[in-house]
Amino acid sequence: MTDTTRTEPEAVPVTINGTAIEAKPGELLIDAAERHGVYIPRFCYHPRMRPVGMCRMCLVEVDTGRGPALQPSCMIPVAPGMTVDTESEATRKAQDGVLEFLLLNHPLDCPVCDKGGECPLQDQTLAFGPGESRMVEQKRHFEKPIPISDLVYLDRERCILCDRCTRFADEVAGDPLITFVDRGDHTQVNTFPDQPFASYFSGNTVQLCPVGALTAVPYRFRARPWDLEQVESTCTFCSVGCRIAVQSSTNRLVRHLGVDVDPVNWGWLCDKGRFGFEGVNSDDRLGRPLVRAGDTLAEATWAEALEAAAGAIRAGLDAGGPGAVAVLGGARLTNEDAYAWAKLAKSVVGTDNVDAQIGDGLPAEVVLGLPRATIDEVCAARTVVLLGPDLKEELPVLYLRLRDAAVEKGVRIVEVSPHDTGLTEVATVALRHRPGEAAAAVRAALDGAGDDPRVARAAELLAEGDVAVVLGRPSLAEAPDAVVAAASLLAARLPGVRFLPVLRRANVHGALDLGLAPGVLPGRVDLDAGRPWFEARWGAVPASRGLDATGILTAAAEGAIETLVLLGADPLRDFPDARLAQGALERVPRIVAVDCFLTESSRRAHVVLPAAAFGERSGTTTNIEGRVSVLNQKVTPPGTARADWMIAVELAHRLGADLGLDSLDGIWAEIESVAPAHAGLARARLLAADGLDGVVVPLSDHHEAGADRRPLAQTEAPEVTAADTHMGPESVATTLPGGETVPSVPRSPSGASGATMPEQIAEAAAAGDAAREAEAPEEAAALEAAAQQAAVEAATEDAGEGDVSAPVEHGPDRPPLLAFEPVEAGPAPPVDAYSLRLVSGRKLYDQGTLVQHAPSLAGLAPGAHLRVNPYDLDRLGLHTGDGATLRSARGSVVVEVEADPGVARGSALLPFNQPGVSAAALIDATARVTEVRLETRAGGGGA
Amino acid sequence: MAVTDAPRIVTARFEYDDSHTLSRYLATGGYEGLRAALAKTPEEVTDEVKAANLLGRGGAGFPAGVKWGFCPPGVFPRYLVINGDESEPGTYKDRLLMERDPHQLIEGVLIASYAIGVAQAFIYVRGEMALAQERLVAALNEAYEAGWVGRDIDGSGFSVDVLLHWGAGAYIVGEETALIESLEGRRGFPRLKPPFFPAAKGLYLQPTVVNNVETISNLPWILRNGGAAFDALGTERASGTRMFAVSGHVKRPGVYEVELGVTTFRDIIYAPVYAGGIRDDNALKAFIPGGASAPWFFEEHLDLPLDQTAVGPAGSMLGSGAIVVMDETTDAVRAAFSLVRFFSHESCGKCTPCREGTGWLEKIVRRVLAGSGRPTDIDLILDVVDNISPGPYPRAGTGSLGAEPVPFPPRQTTICPLGPSVGAPLVSAIHRFRDEFEAYIERAGTPVTIAGPAPVGGAAS
Amino acid sequence: MARLTPDNVARAQEIIGRYPRPRSALIPLLHLAQEQDGWVSPEAMGHIGELLGLTAAEVLGTCSFYEMFKREPVGRYVVNVCTSISCHLLGGDELLHHVEERLGVRSGGTTPDGRFTVNHVECIAACTEAPCLQVNYRYFHKVTPDAVDALLDDLAAGRRDDEVPPHGTLTRVRQQVPAGRWAGRGAEGLPPDRTSLGGDG
Ligand SMILES: Cc1cc2nc3c(=O)[nH]c(=O)nc-3n(C[C@H](O)[C@H](O)[C@H](O)COP(=O)(O)O)c2cc1C
Ligand code: SF4
Ligand code: FES
Repeated sequence: MTDTTRTEPEAVPVTINGTAIEAKPGELLIDAAERHGVYIPRFCYHPRMRPVGMCRMCLVEVDTGRGPALQPSCMIPVAPGMTVDTESEATRKAQDGVLEFLLLNHPLDCPVCDKGGECPLQDQTLAFGPGESRMVEQKRHFEKPIPISDLVYLDRERCILCDRCTRFADEVAGDPLITFVDRGDHTQVNTFPDQPFASYFSGNTVQLCPVGALTAVPYRFRARPWDLEQVESTCTFCSVGCRIAVQSSTNRLVRHLGVDVDPVNWGWLCDKGRFGFEGVNSDDRLGRPLVRAGDTLAEATWAEALEAAAGAIRAGLDAGGPGAVAVLGGARLTNEDAYAWAKLAKSVVGTDNVDAQIGDGLPAEVVLGLPRATIDEVCAARTVVLLGPDLKEELPVLYLRLRDAAVEKGVRIVEVSPHDTGLTEVATVALRHRPGEAAAAVRAALDGAGDDPRVARAAELLAEGDVAVVLGRPSLAEAPDAVVAAASLLAARLPGVRFLPVLRRANVHGALDLGLAPGVLPGRVDLDAGRPWFEARWGAVPASRGLDATGILTAAAEGAIETLVLLGADPLRDFPDARLAQGALERVPRIVAVDCFLTESSRRAHVVLPAAAFGERSGTTTNIEGRVSVLNQKVTPPGTARADWMIAVELAHRLGADLGLDSLDGIWAEIESVAPAHAGLARARLLAADGLDGVVVPLSDHHEAGADRRPLAQTEAPEVTAADTHMGPESVATTLPGGETVPSVPRSPSGASGATMPEQIAEAAAAGDAAREAEAPEEAAALEAAAQQAAVEAATEDAGEGDVSAPVEHGPDRPPLLAFEPVEAGPAPPVDAYSLRLVSGRKLYDQGTLVQHAPSLAGLAPGAHLRVNPYDLDRLGLHTGDGATLRSARGSVVVEVEADPGVARGSALLPFNQPGVSAAALIDATARVTEVRLETRAGGGGA
Repeated sequence: MAVTDAPRIVTARFEYDDSHTLSRYLATGGYEGLRAALAKTPEEVTDEVKAANLLGRGGAGFPAGVKWGFCPPGVFPRYLVINGDESEPGTYKDRLLMERDPHQLIEGVLIASYAIGVAQAFIYVRGEMALAQERLVAALNEAYEAGWVGRDIDGSGFSVDVLLHWGAGAYIVGEETALIESLEGRRGFPRLKPPFFPAAKGLYLQPTVVNNVETISNLPWILRNGGAAFDALGTERASGTRMFAVSGHVKRPGVYEVELGVTTFRDIIYAPVYAGGIRDDNALKAFIPGGASAPWFFEEHLDLPLDQTAVGPAGSMLGSGAIVVMDETTDAVRAAFSLVRFFSHESCGKCTPCREGTGWLEKIVRRVLAGSGRPTDIDLILDVVDNISPGPYPRAGTGSLGAEPVPFPPRQTTICPLGPSVGAPLVSAIHRFRDEFEAYIERAGTPVTIAGPAPVGGAAS
Repeated sequence: MARLTPDNVARAQEIIGRYPRPRSALIPLLHLAQEQDGWVSPEAMGHIGELLGLTAAEVLGTCSFYEMFKREPVGRYVVNVCTSISCHLLGGDELLHHVEERLGVRSGGTTPDGRFTVNHVECIAACTEAPCLQVNYRYFHKVTPDAVDALLDDLAAGRRDDEVPPHGTLTRVRQQVPAGRWAGRGAEGLPPDRTSLGGDG
């Protein structure tokens, strides 16, 4: 959608190679030229990083009235009347000269170089380079590839010193662990001895490297570019939804590359997303259904296994009615899978004991009901409140976006957390509080109460308005109510505040949106409010609100659940409270697991159905913003593993029901017609070029210009396009001295009205147009059909969408979108002077199934030290490095303690699911906070 | 010939053994210029300096007062950085000023700080100059103690801190934007101008004035005697006096403060009060008029005045006041090699043409010297220079060859002028002494005895 | 060979406090480390990084750009012979060869007893006094072979200790500001720091 309210700034007339063009004000010449079809060669320039103008490859002749002069086009902004010649004799000589200089010391090892075949240096040399070197002297020599991290190798002989990797590490990732060392023609990139480039983002440097100097361990020598096939897809290793190119060779995933999507990932990926495909390729993947025979799980046919699974569900129903059947998990699923499973569980089985979160998130009503902000909106807010987990660990690329907002755009971050996080360094104010006291901390910040200058500063920032909140679960050892109460306060006290919910798992947001949570139905609808509408469409819906994960496991442990379906859930590993999970799985009579691997939990199942994983199925996924984007299949699943929605359809069939779902298109069409939040989002739009960056639902609430790019071709490297550029020297100039900047990202005015009906029709028609241009005729036909259907549906819908602050009416029958009900903060839990409160969050690498099946990542889980404020350690007479026993009412673990002033006093920080130490053994999921005591191992005193 | 009786302005105190002490300084008019400045408004001080037409003595020769005026109005804090990194081969004057008259420099710093509105000034001394550092620190300690520097200077209400900072061995850090990066604790990589003109976006991206030690050392005299008195010395476009280091094959190598514009190269090289002529009364082969980066001059340029507006069109520059004299016994190829090696060694490595080009040129000339030259090497050298500095390279005209001069400065494919400077010795030497290069190349392969040992880092190794 | 001593940490803190931004103190702190140990050890780089909030890699990036910082131990006396143009014309190369022969090491090397390191260096700004050299950055002008022999003998015998302190010490006077004299306006109104302008790794 084009936002017509913004006036276009005046164009800058420039002449390039004799043709008059209109450049954007402040645009760099290299970008302006590229947008008008003139590609200027470059090595150091990258539109997502500050230009440095050091490779000198982009020199062109520029005349600004004082005669032509060679200028680096990556450094100079366009100016009115500028005349540029990118093909003149002088330009050509200069560029040839630079190319020759770069090749002087570059080894001729293209045949054994990973980059061979997709190397701009090689390409340009072949195209324009001299046949033979004029240098007869020895080339510069360095030790051949050296590891600079567990994942990346560096060959300094190939390096052309473009500063891309080093700039990325410093500017973008904030991990300046690689640097230029030495000087002149001895300059090399390197790490400090014995301090590897241990960055969660190291893989980006491999993608950024214009030559083969940086190579990634998981890809080295695996394939040649010309053997690769690729599709564009969306990463689901977490819920940020980075766009990626998924590349395969001989039906195996071999590489993920980041695609530059303006509203989301800007081309960046975290290393888990980039290298996690190794887990998909794992030999441990399940390829055949398994059915329990006594103590063992034996391979079975799908018919046998499905019958057994249906039998288990039927038996559960017979024994205890719908409430005795529960479905846990679903974050791994696509939207289509989630819808099919929600329909199966809620209408066919009739249970509302369904939860895609496994005790690690926030109540669905909160996530779905709060007014939502996009990533761009958060990054363009004046102040951002962080109320959730350490984003660097859980949603790494969101961390990059927020870091950029803080560092480059001057967005003020107020962090409310029990401990320092990756963003603390760039936060304007960091407020520390004990677990269970988030609401009190937020109230103090809103009131500016007390005499802590940090609180006063936070109050100032909040009072200035334009606040966005990043809301998630700060700790698994603390019930969500504290942070929900804090959010309620912010919602009540800050007019116009918007929230970005940051639940971590793959498509957990899609799963909640589509009803895989207790008390909700597809399309962000409350169970009771949506009952008539869904009964009319599904036939039946659960009679009353069911249990969430903790409730389900508690009921199971008490014998009240007869059949438990694990949809990719592994509660024994992932549920915060190990004792509860253990008790539940031991007690429940029948377990049906749908999974990609045999996990600790699925090993206990009676039936295991193998599911297709990332890269093996198509569909859509939904990110933290509610952005629906497309997943594309690249390889075939192992054995007979299949998509989860197919399994749901088959199971329904065996339970005597027809879900009426027989294709992805069909499922989406049904979602679009029944789910209020998804109304008007035709699949055709998602598949068209305009939808390449995904589309945020509900449409009535968000307006973004559609993607301005083509889908990646089969063999194209995902380079950024000029249209994506966000920064030039001018923006450096405007942001630096004053501090404040004008947000560069278009924002939708809050409260603006949604798309009107005619607009929707026009859009659907446009999608049809796009479809007509698509290459494959069948696909085009399908797209067009879908577009027409969307148009018809849009036309039959009530157009009455108004102020988003009021519940949106979607027609006489269509239920309203769920709205958040503020929650009063209860009294803070009483402080026990002798104990500490446990804080437990996740690290990027842990003992999760996929990480552990990715050989390159498995060893990166850091292990667990207990971090405690030095004040508390002193009190306990403990020192960094001491061993101690950490005991809660649930259990005890042996830990090594470490003093950390970044941890709030009275708290103890222990990462979750790390090798060696089980935080889950301590956590009581039913308590508001988990109190722990530290005992020296000698058995002495302690807290 | 004009050996003038112009007063010595910046070297006046050099004759005293204790010229570096506060007591001597105060006894010889010290800090009077500052008092005079503090009695004026900052604008009046700037005007006085503009009236003096004090051109920068660091190489580029930009008028100091005009440069101060480039700081965008109303943008604070501002900084002043004194460039005491003196490293250009042949250049030797700033070290003397810092060692022998540190208070004069400090007083100049205070005057400039007052005029510009500076929050803190830094004197960036070359790392290798331990004595200069010691003298400056001692002088600063004295001056702080005596109330000349710091808070509420001399009871005027004007406050500025002056911090001594020193480098650690990198010629490029003399380039003003690299100097700033270095002062920020980074590698000495020059910044691109635009957008990073120091006066607008310098240290910490705040307005910053960078001035040379000698430039600033003139300020006390100017404020004491008035800008007009300074401007009255020299000629219209070359005002005042200036220090020149005359080194190489002369009888009396030394640093001489002479009146600009009226003094000629012949005066300073041959006059008995200055360098006193060529050693052993040998014939002059060539001379470098302004440091390693300057194209060479020859016999026919001796009567040019010390004035950039005369030197530039003749194909070279006055640069940093470094005159290096080579007599007829000089091996032009080896002399050029010494200079090429310098630029290659000092390239910061930021831009491709300089990093790779200077290194390659060094290798080629070294190979020629080692007896492995090839007939194509001379053209190759010129073409590589052309890829670092495109177009006709500045050089002196040569009457005997009938060639017109190519005016200074060279063009560049690089960020800063260091890379292109490598062309100065090569183009000069090849243009005038091509036969010497050819001789090395013709002798290639056959054992030859070259007078003297091989150049350092050279062929034999 | 190590981290800065407590005394030097105190000095470092004072130095850091004089700059508007801490990172500006990086080169002075590297000098301080070199003064302490005669060279800059990896431990010292790490420690300086801690003091300035930089990674060790950032410290290395800056440190390795500047020639005076030695990242391996050098002799007590570092003899730098100038071979740039003015000295070259008057026998700088020969002087260097003489020193090399006399000490039995090539340029870049250190004598086995750890006393002397010899380097050929570019112009040290004493061009009219050619040929010249520096020992631990103390100048010796118009140096003849005989003069250099005498100098090296003196140094070896410890007869020049007043004049030439051990390698690493530059100025022996520290900048001192009497109480109340520091104006302290350097950081006033300075906007928050940003990342580098690039080209810096
Ligand atoms: C490679 C290079 C080296 C330089 N070295 C010095 C130097 O050592 N000292 C100096 O004052 N200026 C040096 N300059 C000039 C400075 O960039 C700058 O023009 C000068 O310090 C300004 O001071 P002024 O206006 O007082 O001359 C150098 C320039 C370049 C390009
Ligand atoms: S020209 Fe040479 S010294 Fe100057 S910035 Fe470029 S690489 Fe560095
Ligand atoms: S792309 Fe412009 S200088 Fe490298």
